[in-house]
Amino acid sequence: MHADRDRSAGTGEGAVGSTLLSKAREDAAAPYTEGDPILQVRDLAKHYPLTQGILFKRQIGAVRAVDGVDFDLYAGETLGIVGESGCGKSTVAKMLVHLERPTAGAIRYKGEDISKLSGRALKAVRRNIQMVFQDPYTSLNPRMTVGDIIGEPYEIHPEVAPKGSRRQKVQDLLDVVGLNPEYINRYPHQFSGGQRQRIGIARGLALNPEIIVADEPVSALDVSVQAQVVNLLDRLQAEFNLSFVFIAHDLSIVRHISDRVGVMYLGRIVEIGSDAEIYDHPTHPYTQALLSAVPVPDPTAREHRERIILHGDVPSPANIPSGCRFRTRCWKAQERCELEVPLLAVPAEFRLVDTPARHDSACHFAEEKHVVPTEAELEIPGPAEAPGDGEAPGDGEASEAGEDETP
Amino acid sequence: MLLEVRDLYVEFHTREGVAKAVNGVNYSVAEGETLAVLGESGSGKSVTAQAVMGILDMPPGKIAGGEILFKDQDLLKLRPDERRKIRGQEMAMIFQDALSSLNPVLTVGEQLGEMFVVHRGMSRKDAKAKAVELMDRVRIPAAKERVGQYPHQFSGGMRQRIMIAMAMALEPSLIIADEPTTALDVTVQAQVMDLLAELQRELNMGLILITHDLGVVADVADKIAVMYAGRIVETAPVHEIYKAPAHPYTKGLLQSIPRLDQKGRELYAIKGLPPNLTRIPPGCAFNPRCPMAQDVCRSDVPPLYEVDEQRRSACHFWKETLDAR
Ligand SMILES: Nc1ncnc2c1ncn2[C@@H]1O[C@H](COP(=O)(O)OP(=O)(O)OP(=O)(O)O)[C@@H](O)[C@H]1O
Ligand SMILES: Nc1ncnc2c1ncn2[C@@H]1O[C@H](COP(=O)(O)OP(=O)(O)OP(=O)(O)O)[C@@H](O)[C@H]1O
Ligand code: SF4
Ligand code: SF4
Ligand SMILES: [Mg+2]
Ligand SMILES: [Mg+2]
Repeated sequence: MHADRDRSAGTGEGAVGSTLLSKAREDAAAPYTEGDPILQVRDLAKHYPLTQGILFKRQIGAVRAVDGVDFDLYAGETLGIVGESGCGKSTVAKMLVHLERPTAGAIRYKGEDISKLSGRALKAVRRNIQMVFQDPYTSLNPRMTVGDIIGEPYEIHPEVAPKGSRRQKVQDLLDVVGLNPEYINRYPHQFSGGQRQRIGIARGLALNPEIIVADEPVSALDVSVQAQVVNLLDRLQAEFNLSFVFIAHDLSIVRHISDRVGVMYLGRIVEIGSDAEIYDHPTHPYTQALLSAVPVPDPTAREHRERIILHGDVPSPANIPSGCRFRTRCWKAQERCELEVPLLAVPAEFRLVDTPARHDSACHFAEEKHVVPTEAELEIPGPAEAPGDGEAPGDGEASEAGEDETP
Repeated sequence: MLLEVRDLYVEFHTREGVAKAVNGVNYSVAEGETLAVLGESGSGKSVTAQAVMGILDMPPGKIAGGEILFKDQDLLKLRPDERRKIRGQEMAMIFQDALSSLNPVLTVGEQLGEMFVVHRGMSRKDAKAKAVELMDRVRIPAAKERVGQYPHQFSGGMRQRIMIAMAMALEPSLIIADEPTTALDVTVQAQVMDLLAELQRELNMGLILITHDLGVVADVADKIAVMYAGRIVETAPVHEIYKAPAHPYTKGLLQSIPRLDQKGRELYAIKGLPPNLTRIPPGCAFNPRCPMAQDVCRSDVPPLYEVDEQRRSACHFWKETLDAR
């Protein structure tokens, strides 16, 4: 039922077979062995009660912010999650790092369901899954020094860095994210947006986690600074063999950074696959509309593109349509879509053919559609390699150049 | 020319010193034309637009020089009441954040109708009918029923469409849209940009689109002005600039964005940060970040060189930049 990482590489067993296999694996809750997903998310849900009345609160419904999300995350890979505002991305992120308790479902870390843990057992796992937040302006406490902010996780997990070694550890972290270690006593307001995001990343790395959940980590940054931070994340992943869940609404950035991509709509993943499967061979109408709406930085694309303009608004998560939740905006919707919930699986028509369209897509009428103009159709060459002059596209240097901007 | 901004200077007198937010901006828009003003945060895009609209905060802001020619008259020389009249009827602005630019305690219909009551002397009843018509025109479903609702009862995309309706109500000849879709999702952004382009064509308006999104620019602009530290560093027709930028900053921006159609390697990152506007470096403001900088860049401010009839670049080495692609 879930994307098999190697499937796009070629033959392998039929999808039906692999579905059975992975089911068997789940049911047995087999011990974690290398090569298994480091994180398995199954049927994850978060429903917020909607209440009425002041004295006697009555529940009159629920906001189904997350409503049955499945995905796997493998060691060392980046899973991108995209979707429009309100589709539940941040809520998923918060559940992964235990800032919210799931209403239902499982989050298996190396085979063990951590969603119901508490106390010391929870504390031990939490260390391994850390979060980096979107807003570099508000997620850092303005009254704490950078050293205290990055070192704060050590208060909760003193075993990672004994008291005497902390200052050195924090300085090392500053260095790793391309900031001057001497900045340790400065305050957040003395840094630019890009530098603050680096501080947030350093804090996320403090406990040597295996998994980093990054919720829109570059969305608030300017184009030129965004590239610096994206490169930093790329570098850190390779250096520390990190697994990333990377949440964003910018589809170009997500493609750049992700190995696999999941597309969310109204609390569910509607399509998931490798970056090429999703961007070059999308089969779900929502993914197709989303991709077709992304403005491409090339004026020649205007003539070459068919825009799928969706009509109407996203329904409220308190009132999700029956059947396929996308049907109120889908141009292909039919009666079946109203009656039957499409499951996230390889669509029947692609199950037995060897094609990049063979990936999980929750649509009764999945079909391929080419929506992203390729380089051959455009005029502008791909991004040049770092321009001459020995100018490395590195970012360590970048932060140094910005130094005199901070008072 | 519908609008021509010539050598505009705007300063802000702050406690830290004089922030030179706009340092000699030149741009122009013709009827029916779309000019995109592109630049990173703090580059002076909004301040220039506010000066054109006559809604600059003064003080602390101060126009320190230049001309703003609208239909051949210098707006900076007009009396306040003349200025207000032009602002109300001939030019309009759309802001990024529709919720905070709409009045939360008045219904959408009252706000749309107000324009016709004040500027066209219409009765309330006729004005309301006009409001419904406008809402229909920007494709708000069930306009008749929703005309009595308040701004918070609409989605973000609908509110932005209501802002558009309000801006075009009196059929102005110039619209300035300051990041009109930045706060919206891509699918909604596509709806709103489509609508804006369609109305512009219909009314043959000049449109100044302020944005930091190189994709949006490529999609809709006829020409581009790229701003950096309060100056236009390059201006050109849209096709030319994407094909062959004539300024290293433009070039860096184009290279630093990831592509949708391929995974790509490490991104090119322009090193460093834009300057603090109270301490703009001498010579070319971009020199501390520029891979091509030479000594002359640190001493001499580059003039806006003429690359060809339609293109200008504020770089001493624009030729080399063009050739080095
Ligand atoms: N504490 C809460 N109580 C009630 N509803 C909530 C709560 N938190 C989130 N929601 C709702 O759940 C839905 C999903 O929210 P979430 O923040 O996860 O979306 P998102 O995909 O991260 O959106 P964005 O791109 O805007 O950040 C939204 O409709 C939101 O209003
Ligand atoms: N009322 C004000 N008082 C003091 N400084 C101001 C004021 N308005 C703008 N500035 C300064 O002028 C400079 C240019 O600001 P402007 O708003 O034009 O930038 P922008 O290009 O529109 O950026 P953004 O993309 O963030 O909107 C900034 O450094 C800003 O701090
Ligand atoms: S199941 Fe039906 S409504 Fe849903 S995406 Fe597919 S075609 Fe559209
Ligand atoms: S004038 Fe010099 S520093 Fe400025 S952009 Fe051109 S080459 Fe770079
Ligand atoms: Mg979010
Ligand atoms: Mg602005």
